[in-house]
Amino acid sequence: MTQRSPVKVRVKPLIPPGHVRTPYYLRGKVGEIERTLGPFPNPEDLAYNHSGKPLPLYRVRFSMAEVWGPDAENSTDTIDAEIYAHWLEPAENAP
Amino acid sequence: MQKSDDPTAAPAQTSQDTTQARRRHDFLQARRWHDFPEARRWHDMGGDAAGPVPSDQHDYSMFEKRVDALMMLCFAKGLFTVDAMRRVLEDMAPDSFDTMTYYERWVSSLNTNLIESGTYTTAELAEKMAQVAARGQTYGEASAP
Repeated sequence: MTQRSPVKVRVKPLIPPGHVRTPYYLRGKVGEIERTLGPFPNPEDLAYNHSGKPLPLYRVRFSMAEVWGPDAENSTDTIDAEIYAHWLEPAENAP
Repeated sequence: MQKSDDPTAAPAQTSQDTTQARRRHDFLQARRWHDFPEARRWHDMGGDAAGPVPSDQHDYSMFEKRVDALMMLCFAKGLFTVDAMRRVLEDMAPDSFDTMTYYERWVSSLNTNLIESGTYTTAELAEKMAQVAARGQTYGEASAP
């Protein structure tokens, strides 16, 4: 059985107003899906007292080099963030 | 990208007009998030330089305990969610972290959410605040039933 290659995703580089849970410093960054969580109600809707459509939540793993570039103290260290499906897009061709 | 100090730009604008025009121009030209970092919301401060993390502790005051209890009661009664609580905190002015304490920000958000949920009206709040203020100047006097 061959190990499946990790699924690469890019965090959408959007900056809307509102109750956004996707950290600004990760927008536009490419990571790998570490695991799938949820579905959970979308907090962007819950915050305005709507019921919140349940969405998959992904734990995405980023390298420090990807997040901070040359400023990363340990470029191969990683950081995990939990990000809702609608903030992610495929990034198969990313390095 | 045309800048506001371009000598070929249209003359006779006030500096405020020029600033607004430049912001609109930059916004329309922005293709990626880092082209327009001003749109970053103030509370989303992860990754910023923050200095040392304070580790000092303190006993909670009666006011802080009461605000916390109120919040837990509101959640238990389903009057609003933690998401709505945070949304109001994030919508506060950028200097609220410097001008208000943690529980002052909490009670402000709690109040906004209770008015939004129809638990009480602004007029009812005003009347109650006047009643409490009439009890006395100290926290002890104002807390008396």
